Amino acid sequence: MRFVDEYRDAEKARALAAKIAALCEPGRHYKFMEVCGGHTHTIYKHGLEDYLPESISLVHGPGCPVCVLPMGRVDDAIALAEQPDVIMTSFGDMMRVPGGRGSFFDSSAAGTDIRMVYSPLDALKVARQNPDKHVIFMAIGMETTTPSTAMTVLRAAAEGIENFSIFCNHVMIVPAIKAILDSPDLRLDGFIGPGHVSTIIGCRPYEYIPAEYGKPIVTAGFEPLDILQSVYMLLQQLAEGRCEVENQYSRVVPWDGNTVALRAVAEVMELRPYFEWRGLGFISHSALQVREKYAAFDAERRFTLPGVRVADPKACQCGEVLKGVLKPWECKVFGTACTPEMPIGTCMVSSEGACAAYYNFGRFSRQRIQEVSIESSRA
Amino acid sequence: MTHQDTSQQQVNWAQAAVAGHASAKHDEDAGFPTHQPGTEHGGREQLVLERIERARRARPRVREKLITLAHGAGGKATQSLIEAIFLDAFRNPLLAPLEDAATLTAGDSRLAFTTDSYVVSPLFFPGGNIGDLAVNGTVNDLAVSGACPAHLSAGFILEEGFPVEDLRRIVESMAAAAAAAGVSIVTGDTKVVQRGKADGCYINTAGVGLIPGGLTLGVSTARPGDVVIVSGPVGDHGITVMLERGELDLDAELVSDTAPVHELVRGLLDAVGPDVRAMRDATRGGVATILNEVATAAGVAVVVDEDSVPVRPEVRGACEILGIDPLYVACEGRIVAIVDPGAADAAVAALQGHPLGASATAVGRIVEDPPGLVMLKTGFGGTRIIDLLVGDPLPRIC
Ligand code: SF4
Repeated sequence: MRFVDEYRDAEKARALAAKIAALCEPGRHYKFMEVCGGHTHTIYKHGLEDYLPESISLVHGPGCPVCVLPMGRVDDAIALAEQPDVIMTSFGDMMRVPGGRGSFFDSSAAGTDIRMVYSPLDALKVARQNPDKHVIFMAIGMETTTPSTAMTVLRAAAEGIENFSIFCNHVMIVPAIKAILDSPDLRLDGFIGPGHVSTIIGCRPYEYIPAEYGKPIVTAGFEPLDILQSVYMLLQQLAEGRCEVENQYSRVVPWDGNTVALRAVAEVMELRPYFEWRGLGFISHSALQVREKYAAFDAERRFTLPGVRVADPKACQCGEVLKGVLKPWECKVFGTACTPEMPIGTCMVSSEGACAAYYNFGRFSRQRIQEVSIESSRA
Repeated sequence: MTHQDTSQQQVNWAQAAVAGHASAKHDEDAGFPTHQPGTEHGGREQLVLERIERARRARPRVREKLITLAHGAGGKATQSLIEAIFLDAFRNPLLAPLEDAATLTAGDSRLAFTTDSYVVSPLFFPGGNIGDLAVNGTVNDLAVSGACPAHLSAGFILEEGFPVEDLRRIVESMAAAAAAAGVSIVTGDTKVVQRGKADGCYINTAGVGLIPGGLTLGVSTARPGDVVIVSGPVGDHGITVMLERGELDLDAELVSDTAPVHELVRGLLDAVGPDVRAMRDATRGGVATILNEVATAAGVAVVVDEDSVPVRPEVRGACEILGIDPLYVACEGRIVAIVDPGAADAAVAALQGHPLGASATAVGRIVEDPPGLVMLKTGFGGTRIIDLLVGDPLPRIC
């Protein structure tokens, strides 16, 4: 694990933290949004906020695919799983996401056949092994996972597999960032751009952020040092009066993205005119659906779905949390009625959700803990 | 697809959850500051933290209508199930401490009594099979309770069509494991169910052992200053079984750590017996679950130093890919011991004196505050919580 350790070095982190503190203008408060749920997870998992001065707050963004899935789509997926002779396959993250009628876990306990897989290709394997069943893959995710879904459909088509389809819920991060920038609630100083998404789409699609909204964005990797580094780069831009798209994750992210992957996606999928994002409402051209040409692999076309829109529970404030307007703990039901074991909102479900990250990893007062660590190092 | 707004009745469960929670509590909300989006205020966060703590201490309830896999994962759902359903119905002073084994008195002697069921899939994996597991698991539960394991029972639930040859192999491993642990299997039971009603072979074992005089162990006796020791690399068993299932398309030279720990424990107790507060074997739910039990039962905090926790590189790599923390992954031959600070070095040395404890090391310490929480000092230099696990990342590994 050399490769990983290199980006988790506490020594380097301390040096970077000192440089960050030195760049902060006294009296100024900075708000940076990390768009991607993977970043939120890393920040809490490694206790990264311990390294940031109080004048910098990280605001958690909408880049968690499970979190933005609206309840109605979960109900649709469960309705699919309830069809006779259907095996539903899904990533583990999705299993506990509540819809209007409960989650995949509940549905599976009630007798449907829902299986966890680690990739869409695993789902295709399930289809090959069960020729007498119809296997549906619950396709969720942002640009990062879309290509593997598209390639799986292409593979299924090439092999002539007839008992396989996908329930396509792929969404795109760029329209969501735009929706946040257009929302009046939030004053942000810059963005930490999603690293994994960018490996596919590159950095060009973000150019409108500095150009039209005057906010800097730095695409960052997923190790804690990457994130610290990107905070530093954002501060540098602000200090030098620059405002541009920068790439901290250049060891992985090509500026123009991955053209092979993009071509596969374009072959299989097309833009939906609009799609509902949980908590954010309908965002136009923000999601993908299967093209007519591959209709045989589209669960939405093969089966009739209830397609009922379900409003979020009244107590739920996921929308505000996803937009970064509220901190997770500011939601009225956080940690009491809404917990990871009994989630009301989606942000409490996925390991990438801001509420889950805060509840699982960060549910303590920093001040108190600093005292504890001093105490334990003294002992 | 049409979009109609039929919201209200569809999310009844969510309203019920909020209402259910509101009725179960807590008058403090009256004084809770009104909601102001976006304001940052340390004092308000503190109030929220306290409110959460109270909610967590509330009596556990099982709100689900059906059993889900999460109820078997050893995390929070398992805990609620045990406390709200089993403990509630069976309530008695011997069960109440919820230790790995119950302590019974018979005349002048004290006995430890425990039981465990095994449903691992696949039945055979590198380093062992369900048979070794069933014997070692029960032997270990007795050993960490301070007892000398003596007698075991074995119950089999077999599926119609299960190969006799496989059963023979399993039973031979059980016999060998029993001999190695110095225990005898003295009673048993067999049931066969129709094809499809079980998955090959499930085993239940129960065991008794004698507890030598003068020894009282229990996680509730941990006190600030105590040192937390693990006896070797964590997570080997869970990851081995997971890889053996072939769902991950990963290969690694890993074998399960399934082994009887009674000699290892004996060595520790002989060296520093009176200074040992508690021992647990880190099975389902891993080391993290045990430390949470310590923190809750003793009303203390546990601070773990991530860099000192021994984890094999293969296990770490697989965990990285699966997105789980090795601290939650099951072991089958590792113990966690809480010992007095004055005896910590001697305890580590005693464990290292046994081959199973060769890489034993101190990984953390008990502190006073904040009670009930397990904190991790991350390798990166930050701090975070290690909570009880929710959901099951690796079902049926033991
Ligand atoms: S606490 Fe629950 S309901 Fe509130 S924002 Fe978070 S996930 Fe949504």
